[in-house]
Amino acid sequence: MGLSFLEGNEAIAHGAVAAGCNFFAGYPITPATTVYNTMLSLLPPSGGVCLQGEDEIASMGFCLGASMAGKKVLTATSGPGISLYSEQISFAIGSEIPVVIVDVQRLGPSTGSATRGADGDVQFLQWGSSGGLPVIVLAPADVRDCYLLTVHAFNLAEKFRCPVFLASNKEIAMTKESIDLSAIPLPDIVERQPAGPNQPFRPFASENNHSAPPFLPIGGDTLVRQTSSTHGTDGYITIDPAVIESMQQRLDQKLMAHVDALTFYDTDIQEGADTLVITYGVTSRSAVDAVASLRSEGKAASLLVLKTLWPVPEAVIRQLAAPVSRVVVTEMNMGLYLREIERLLPDKTIGFMGHMSGKLVTPHEIREVVTNG
Amino acid sequence: MGSFLNTDRPPVFCPGCAHERVTSALDETFQQMELEASEIVIVSDIGCSGLFDTFFNTHAFHGLHGRALTYATGLKLARPELTVIVTMGDGGLGIGGAHVLSACRRNVDLTLMVLNNFNYGMTGGQFSATTPSDAKVGSSFLNQLEMPIDACRVAASAGAGWVMRASIYEKHVADQLTAAIRYPGFSMIDLWGVCPGRYTKQNNLTPKSLRAIMDGLPSADGPVPENQRKEYGKHYAEIAAGLKPQGPPPQIEARQNAPDHGKNGISILGSAGQRIITAGEILCLAGMSAGLHATQKNDYPITVLRGHSVSELLLSDTTIGYTGIEQPAVVIAIADEGVARRKSMIDRLDENCLVIKATDVDVPASRAQVHEIDFKAWKIKSQDRALASLAVLAGLDRIISADMLRAAISFRFKDAIAASALVLMDNVAGHLAA
Ligand code: SF4
Repeated sequence: MGLSFLEGNEAIAHGAVAAGCNFFAGYPITPATTVYNTMLSLLPPSGGVCLQGEDEIASMGFCLGASMAGKKVLTATSGPGISLYSEQISFAIGSEIPVVIVDVQRLGPSTGSATRGADGDVQFLQWGSSGGLPVIVLAPADVRDCYLLTVHAFNLAEKFRCPVFLASNKEIAMTKESIDLSAIPLPDIVERQPAGPNQPFRPFASENNHSAPPFLPIGGDTLVRQTSSTHGTDGYITIDPAVIESMQQRLDQKLMAHVDALTFYDTDIQEGADTLVITYGVTSRSAVDAVASLRSEGKAASLLVLKTLWPVPEAVIRQLAAPVSRVVVTEMNMGLYLREIERLLPDKTIGFMGHMSGKLVTPHEIREVVTNG
Repeated sequence: MGSFLNTDRPPVFCPGCAHERVTSALDETFQQMELEASEIVIVSDIGCSGLFDTFFNTHAFHGLHGRALTYATGLKLARPELTVIVTMGDGGLGIGGAHVLSACRRNVDLTLMVLNNFNYGMTGGQFSATTPSDAKVGSSFLNQLEMPIDACRVAASAGAGWVMRASIYEKHVADQLTAAIRYPGFSMIDLWGVCPGRYTKQNNLTPKSLRAIMDGLPSADGPVPENQRKEYGKHYAEIAAGLKPQGPPPQIEARQNAPDHGKNGISILGSAGQRIITAGEILCLAGMSAGLHATQKNDYPITVLRGHSVSELLLSDTTIGYTGIEQPAVVIAIADEGVARRKSMIDRLDENCLVIKATDVDVPASRAQVHEIDFKAWKIKSQDRALASLAVLAGLDRIISADMLRAAISFRFKDAIAASALVLMDNVAGHLAA
């Protein structure tokens, strides 16, 4: 067996290439820069394009243009860059432009701490765009996830024609780990559904009210329109309330009607346990250790590690929490995803372990809350 | 070839608006260039000029204010065969200023049409980046406080290869546009016209007075001699063709046997210039050569050439969860800066921990075992201390063996560097034996 030694950011770049990504644009920012560096070494020699924009807004603009020309596009930044991406993200949501966006979270707010980790953006990624529509956010826990979830992220972006976020964290992104990428089973690669020939092409006409429209690239033989304005199926601006509403509902339902297909999670359920630890991202690694050490002392506990944060996997969470009376949420912030769990499980006792200190939540800290409340 | 004007969606501008003339001139341009509609994409900005994509039966891309050049750049690099035309007002010129400068510097083969009417028409005639200071506008007195820019001089000084200032009321606009589009690089045409809906309600501006103002400005009539160079996309492809494709990440084979089992944390405490991070990587590779799981976290200031450098490694025969080190098995202390950075950890060390320390580094007292090395007496330079400490660890057969370290060195370094690292290892082994 052979092992490579990679940091999370490098694994994301390799995952992107494995998924067929052929266009990257970004602006350097710690702790996301090594995604860009790695894409720069991978793409240009193999016919792809890797660009450094004059700022984050430009980088996202390059990606949206290239995606509409049919490329599979990736960008990577951190909290301050996501802030600048915001209006472009809204555009990608409303105008159904596939793009995978890596947010290597660092301690905020604002410029915060460039080299300290946190999971402080997990609500921001869902709600940091205008219009309030759902987005997909996946959360890797380690180098393996960085590789595998990036492939899933591309598949989801292509299938649902939407931005897909990878909510990474400095503590995963810049930590090197031993890994055998070739041993990780990857899903089949999904391509955008092309529009059929011999029909007048309507760029936003979908087959039903809960799926993405078939795609044709800008620059092909068929004329294609793209617009950030509120549009009808023909891609022209509209003020017809019925058309507007059906478009908005489809944008909502194309994700919300398919939550099962975009939900990833790991479980470690112990028969008879009365506590379920719910976690995600780098903190899940401490939770795994904490649960193992509790069990070694004869204490029962179950574990749910969410890999999809948005749309919230409500059914999975409710179902796994059903047998327990107590839930402990642990995350690398002061309780952001906790809000979702409290909303879903009003009848459970809910404990919490998390902080914004730049330090990882430790297994010991999680054990304390599970044991002593 | 016929007109590409979209007869279903005729222009909806105020009567007398210059944009109406631009629409016809652009259509005439397409006809005289004999382009196919599917070869053209019109990327429009925001404001009244942002309606342009809807008037033509071509590919169309309408996005956010000031960002039209960014989409155009992505489109053109993804599909170099496309003719990409950007329409933008003087508003877009201002809000997207960074993109305009960068497009000029970058020289992607795009054509930027600045539909310059000296104000924000759509939102109520507020002042823009090109509004004269003495104009009466919808922003009260604020324009009196700012200088307008000359888009052409800005573009030329930013590196645009083709820049023209033109009036929509004069002949040959279609010829001028054709020349702009044919230019094999970034071209910008600053096309002056009036906005009767807003600007000329309060300001007297006629085709004649526009011409008079233009005549007072430095000329901008096409190619900028000092900015001629390769087009970005072609140049990119040329350089990329000479690059070697990267394979998958290299793998180290697990052929060695580790002397220790369980999960072991190692902290290397040093300073910038001591190759701490490389040594940390070597230690992990050594572990991986015996099939161990490994993680590495580094801590150094943003200004990488001074201050502390700390590398924290875990080697384990089972999967690694938490990547922090609560109780290290080994601490390598080779510079005071690193020790100062991890003082609280040193206070906690227990009797199972081994501290390998340089004689000239102060490590606070703890319960750990201490192995002191006089690097100066051994004639080992500061930048080799970290690697030499790994050789000490291997010599003591703690966590890694000498074979594991050799495997890591041969995997990580090439030829001369690998050879000198192996010599260093032998040197250390000799001293340890003595
Ligand atoms: S407001 Fe000005 S720019 Fe806009 S359509 Fe009317 S005249 Fe033209």
